[in-house]
Amino acid sequence: MASSETALAAGRRPRGVAPFLRSQMRNIAPFLTLIFLSAFFAFASPSFATLDNLGNILTQVSVTGIIAVGLTFVILCAEIDLSIASIANVTGIAVAYFTLQESYVNIANIPLPGAVAIILSILLCALLGLVNALGLTVIGIPSFIMTLAMMQIAAGVSALLVRGQIAYKVPGLITTLGSGSIGGIPWIVIVAAIMLLGGHLVLTYTRFGRYVYMVGGNREAAEYSGLNVKLILGAVMVISAVCSGIGGMLGVAHFGSAQQNEFDTYLLDSIAAVVVGGTSLFGGRGGIGNTIVGLFVLGVLNNGLDHVNIDSFLKILIRGLILLAALVINVYAQRLREKAAE
Amino acid sequence: MREDRSPILELLGITKSFGGVEALRGVDFALSPGEIHGLVGENGAGKSTLMKIIAGVHSEFSGRFLIDGKETHFRSARDAHAAGIAMVHQELSVAPDLTVAENVFLGNQPTNRFGLVQWRRMAREAGEQLARFGIDVDPMSRLGDLPIGLQQLIEIARVLFSGARIVILDEPTSALSPPEVERLFATLRRLREEGTAIVFISHFIEDILLVSDTVTVFRNGRKVAETASVATSKGALIEAMIGRGGEALEHSYTDDLMLPRPSDSSVVLKVDQLSLARSLKDISFEARAGEVLGIYGFMGCGQQELSRILFGKLKPDGGTLAVEGKPRTFASTAAARRAGVALVPESRRAMLFHQEPVYKNISISILDRISSLLLKPAQERDIARRQVEQLQIRPPVVGLDLGMLSGGNQQKVALAKWLTYPPKLLVLCEPTRGMDVGAKNDVINIVRDLRAKGLAVIVLSTEPETVLSLADRILVLKRGALVREFKNEPVSKDRLLEAA
Repeated sequence: MASSETALAAGRRPRGVAPFLRSQMRNIAPFLTLIFLSAFFAFASPSFATLDNLGNILTQVSVTGIIAVGLTFVILCAEIDLSIASIANVTGIAVAYFTLQESYVNIANIPLPGAVAIILSILLCALLGLVNALGLTVIGIPSFIMTLAMMQIAAGVSALLVRGQIAYKVPGLITTLGSGSIGGIPWIVIVAAIMLLGGHLVLTYTRFGRYVYMVGGNREAAEYSGLNVKLILGAVMVISAVCSGIGGMLGVAHFGSAQQNEFDTYLLDSIAAVVVGGTSLFGGRGGIGNTIVGLFVLGVLNNGLDHVNIDSFLKILIRGLILLAALVINVYAQRLREKAAE
Repeated sequence: MREDRSPILELLGITKSFGGVEALRGVDFALSPGEIHGLVGENGAGKSTLMKIIAGVHSEFSGRFLIDGKETHFRSARDAHAAGIAMVHQELSVAPDLTVAENVFLGNQPTNRFGLVQWRRMAREAGEQLARFGIDVDPMSRLGDLPIGLQQLIEIARVLFSGARIVILDEPTSALSPPEVERLFATLRRLREEGTAIVFISHFIEDILLVSDTVTVFRNGRKVAETASVATSKGALIEAMIGRGGEALEHSYTDDLMLPRPSDSSVVLKVDQLSLARSLKDISFEARAGEVLGIYGFMGCGQQELSRILFGKLKPDGGTLAVEGKPRTFASTAAARRAGVALVPESRRAMLFHQEPVYKNISISILDRISSLLLKPAQERDIARRQVEQLQIRPPVVGLDLGMLSGGNQQKVALAKWLTYPPKLLVLCEPTRGMDVGAKNDVINIVRDLRAKGLAVIVLSTEPETVLSLADRILVLKRGALVREFKNEPVSKDRLLEAA
């Protein structure tokens, strides 16, 4: 009896290598892309495949990586956060605003002790995330629209704080984490690695992480299972905003200045990293591991295009095309998986 | 009579398998113009698969497919449509935000020579068509505002009047009230006179016998009988369907059933003057520990809304709820769950995660009781394994993705999620819908078990059989109001239908 049941079970499992590969397409395709791109640039340019350049790539993707941690939670829930770059920007500006600037900086700021400045800035981004959360869950505004509004609101607050000026000073801790290094490894890379690892642990080993996947997998079912779906959605919006804020603060230290529109490219980069990595836009599939691969694909692409002799204006187009290809694979992978499950 | 005519549709030796499992094995099927052909069989017997082949939904199969004697192969539903084949699927597929007229003409609105929609003509013709069907509605009203039964009738009307030569109706009567069924049958008979070939699938064998000329019985992917309706009986058909003596089953549906004396154990749920917009009016009742309370009514009578209110998914406009004497207003389903209320909705899709393994599906609603921060997968699997064993879920592999289980087993998983830490009140919507006899019996046994453990169970169903086979006490819900209570008295399907 027992053996016949096992046989039945085996019979219903997708058999063989091909169905398994098909169901794993979303994880395999980004990885193959990464290997292909790395091989291509290594072949095309002798300066690409060096340890130094690996360090460059890691540093270049760090801020995106920090922001992408929170965004991964949001996209796993089948929502989107378009305010990440703006929130990063306003938090970076806020932490500078609360720091004593040089006398030539013409900003009516409020200098505070470093720790207070950092805490206030984090509270600010958490508050903005909370507004996103309330708009999404209590009022019921789709996240796409809600965070679009927040993008403007955060940009507006940024503008009011700096009024077209540039601030340079941030608290010492932030300066260290953003631009310092320890044993030759930039702190910002370490922070990004810790946050990515933390995100992964939360998603994989905690109850909250499971809820995120379940809400993303089938929101209605999550509700009928007695989960507090609104609470979970609200939490991921706040997590996203706080990750963005941290990315913004370190980014400001990394670039050495805080100003309007400093993070604009990070919106697309972060979304691209998550999606290129293979996290499903329909929610419930993917994770931080995918995001890391996605970050490397983008990092290698951005960095590698600098190493080969290519029209810098063409780079933008190439990035767009790569993103499109990733989106096609993302949607296609979902379909293949559903087919494999039939 | 019909033997004189050559068949409009002929299928020979149709075999179709899904991932190694044969759903149809060498089935022959023929359909003549002016014939109403009834199909019966348990779930999974192959009826719907065959119909989906005819309607072009499944394009991969082996066997011969002839239309008007010509070999044909549909690659899509569109091909079938072009050949004059139309199908009404079991699930309602209408556009609720469009008008009645737009729904009737969905996909082929009348246009003038500039390609603009002729609204007035569309409204007039839609009204005329529906009137032929005995439906009197304003063609310009929004479809979603109409009762579900009427929406279904309009969908059927759309297909019937689309000019199709072959019309397939899959369970068309499940959402309809008896007078609506009568109207549908009258229309079908008229279309038969006009030469349309109609396939009629239903679980209601009386309906099949009443309206069809020929009945075909499916079992396990094979055609086991084909006979003229006048030459058979319900008992004979049931016997052919399930392959064993169906007498007992037959009697349980038509005979009087004696309900027990109402229990006087503690009240678990007290509902007082609950109301919700147009759906529910002044609903008051109690559910007691160790009792199965059945709530019967036609589709759209407010059952669904009532169950959602009990589980905190909908907020009532008025009235109160008390669980074990404590007044409650649930802010979310999570609050209802914590208060000890559990719901299994009528649609499996609505409460299961098809891409997740069985054990995650089972553990999801009890996760906060076994882990505070970190997950304990080993314990989750243990709990799931116990439930799988107890409910005899097949295959008994908790790591398998849920989507690979059969429908009946999925339904059991939906139940299993609530059983590890049983709630005080379990609300089941259509707990046996779409299940074969074996799975139905399993569910009945599970519910009886829960009752013995002292749970209050509420079973809401639009199928009298379900309520009759499970309930100790039966309430009848009609257009949002409770109209009759059966307790400590004989009850039968007829009496239930009469009350509703």
